[in-house]
Amino acid sequence: MHKSIETINERIRDGSARVVTAEEMPAIVSELGEEGALKEVDVVTTGTFGAMCSSGAFLNFGHSEPPIRMERIWLNDVEAYGGLAAVDTYIGATQQSDTLEDQYGGAHVLEDLVSGKSVELRATSRGTDCYPRRTITTELLLEDLNQAIMCNPRNAYQRYNAAINTTDRLLHTYMGTLLPDSGNVTYSGAGLLNPVTNDPKLRFIGSGVPIFLCGAEGMVVGEGTQHSPGGGFATLMVKGNLKEMSPDYLRAATMTGYGVTMYVGLGVPLPVVDLDVVRATAVRDEDISVDLVDYGVPSRSRPVIRSVNYAELRSGAIEINGEQVRTSSLSSFRKARQVAAELKGWIEKGRLQLALPTRPIDPTKKVHPMHERKKGPRVLDIMDRQFVSVGESEEIRAAAQKLLKGETNHLPVIADDGKLSGIVTTFDISKAVANPGKAVTVKDIMKKKVVTTTTEEAVDIAVRKLEQNNISALPVVDKDRHVIGMLTAINLGKLFGGRWLK
Amino acid sequence: MRLLVNFSKKKGTAPIIAQAVKDTGVLINVERAVIDSSEGEALIEVPDDQCKLIRSTMTRLGATVRQLEHGISVDQSECVDCGACISVCPREVFSFDADYRLVVAEDKCVLCGKCIPACPHKALTLPV
Ligand code: SF4
Ligand code: SF4
Repeated sequence: MHKSIETINERIRDGSARVVTAEEMPAIVSELGEEGALKEVDVVTTGTFGAMCSSGAFLNFGHSEPPIRMERIWLNDVEAYGGLAAVDTYIGATQQSDTLEDQYGGAHVLEDLVSGKSVELRATSRGTDCYPRRTITTELLLEDLNQAIMCNPRNAYQRYNAAINTTDRLLHTYMGTLLPDSGNVTYSGAGLLNPVTNDPKLRFIGSGVPIFLCGAEGMVVGEGTQHSPGGGFATLMVKGNLKEMSPDYLRAATMTGYGVTMYVGLGVPLPVVDLDVVRATAVRDEDISVDLVDYGVPSRSRPVIRSVNYAELRSGAIEINGEQVRTSSLSSFRKARQVAAELKGWIEKGRLQLALPTRPIDPTKKVHPMHERKKGPRVLDIMDRQFVSVGESEEIRAAAQKLLKGETNHLPVIADDGKLSGIVTTFDISKAVANPGKAVTVKDIMKKKVVTTTTEEAVDIAVRKLEQNNISALPVVDKDRHVIGMLTAINLGKLFGGRWLK
Repeated sequence: MRLLVNFSKKKGTAPIIAQAVKDTGVLINVERAVIDSSEGEALIEVPDDQCKLIRSTMTRLGATVRQLEHGISVDQSECVDCGACISVCPREVFSFDADYRLVVAEDKCVLCGKCIPACPHKALTLPV
C-alpha cells in the first residue's frame, strides 16, 4: 500500500488526518503492525529543543534620513555583520556583547526582539555621496523592522555525541560542565523525537519542506553546513520569520567557559506514505546509539569510551567500567515533546499542509576535516633541546649550582632508570636553602606531579597547560618518559618572532 | 534544621563546632565548611528541637548563626527543563519527573553552588 501526499493533504484539509508524534509511533506499530500503522497514521510529527549555536537572523532596518550605509553595526552592544547592503545585517547567536561578554550575546538580542523588548541599534559609516550619514543610534522593536528572517545554517543535528571527561580537572565545554575523573556524562538531542532520526534517508526532509521553527512556520532551505549523514550527523539549514516566533521556543543561553548560544525549538512533520516511513518513524531511544567521547582530550579525534544509546542516557545513569555515572541532558526533552505536540495541533487544525522537497538532500555525504596545508606550530618547533637536568639523589646545593649555571628556573629531575620523576624550581631550592637541615637531596624537595608535553603536541595546547596549571615550563618527554627538551615561556616568545604569526 | 555558621578567627581560635558539641551534647552534622586563615563558614544540620540551644551556644562562642530556610532556588520562567544541572550536583538535588520536568529536592541542597555555572539558562540562584 502507498498513500500519496495529496491524499494526506486532503485529509488534513477535511480534518480527518490522523497525526501522531514520533514518540507515540513505536507503540502504534507494535500494536497494529506495520501495515496497520500505515493505514491508521497519516503524519508523524518530530521535535527537538536544544542548543543550536549556528543560528542567527537577517534584519532589514529600512532607511534613515539622511540615509546611512552601515559598515559596523551593534545591537545592544553585540556586533552584527556589516558586510551586507546599506541597512541589512546578519546577527549571529554566539556573538558576544562588547561590554557584557558571555552574559549577553546575539541570542539574547534575538530573544529580546521576540519578547517585544526594544533593542538599541548603533552603526557607523565612512559616509558616501549617496549615503552621507556617518553614525546612527536608535531604539527598535521587532515590529519596526521590514524583515527579520531567522536563518540557521547548521541546525537540527540528527544526533550528538555524549561527553565525558577523564582528566583530573573540571572542564567547561559546549557540552556543559564535565566533572573530573569521569564524574558525569552529558548528552544532547531528542532521541526518538529527533526530526532527521525519523527520516534518516532524508526522503521527506529537503528544500521547501514546511517545519516548526521557534513557534513559527519555517522551512528547510537545504542541507546544513557540516552535513554528514553518512556518519549519522545530518544537519539542516532552516529559515523562518522571527516576527512570528515565540520566546517559549527561542531561548538565549550561556555555556559557562564556552560562551553564548541559542536554544531552538524545531520540528518537522513527516508524511506516512509507505512502510519505509512507518519503520523509520518507529525508531526507539534504544535503537539510536552515539559515541561517548572523552572531551578531556583537546583534539579533533577524541577517544571514544564506548557506544551508548539514548535509552541508557535518559535513564539517569550509565555504567562505565562497572561504575554508575550520572547523566545530564543539555537539551530539553519536555520542550521537544511540546514542539512535536504543537506541530501535531497545527496539522490537525489544517493550519499546515505537507510538501515534498523541491530538492533532495544527499543522505550519504560525509564531512571531512580541514585540509591544513600549513601546519600550526608544534612543541618540537620551539622547544629547547638543550637543557639542564638533575638526578634524584643529587644534593640540593648541586641543583642550585646547576640552576645558576644553566640560567634556568626549572630543572627536570631524572630517576635512576633515566625517566622523568619530578621537577624543581628556583623557588623550591630557595625554600630549601632558607630552611636548612630539613631536606638534603633533590628527591626531598621536588614536585612529583609534573605536567609534561610531547614534541608533536600543538603549541596552543601546551600554552593552555601552562596557563591552567599556572606554571612557566613543561618538560618535553618521549613515550618512555625520557626528557628530550624543555618548553618555557621564553620559547613561546619565538612564536612572536614572526615565523608563525603571519 | 540547617544553620549557616560564620566565625572569625580573630575572636580566638576556639574550635566552635567541637566546643558546641561538647557543651550541649548535641550531634552536629557538618554538611559543608570553608575555612581559611581569617574566617570560616560552615553549613551544619542539627535536630529541630535542639536548634535554639545550638544557636545560643554558638553565638556565645562568637559565631554568627543564621537559619537557612531554603536551598537552591529555580526561576521557573528561565528554566527549560534541560537537565544540565542534574549530574553536577553532589547531593542529587535535581531529577526529572515522569514528564521530564525538573524536580528539586531543596532539603537535600547544601548550597555548594556547583550547579549554578552548569545551568545554561541562569535559572539557578543561591538564597542570600
Ligand atoms: S548548590 Fe550544590 S547541593 Fe545545592 S543543588 Fe546546587 S549543586 Fe546541589
Ligand atoms: S540546568 Fe537550568 S534550565 Fe536546565 S533544568 Fe537545570 S535549572 Fe532548568
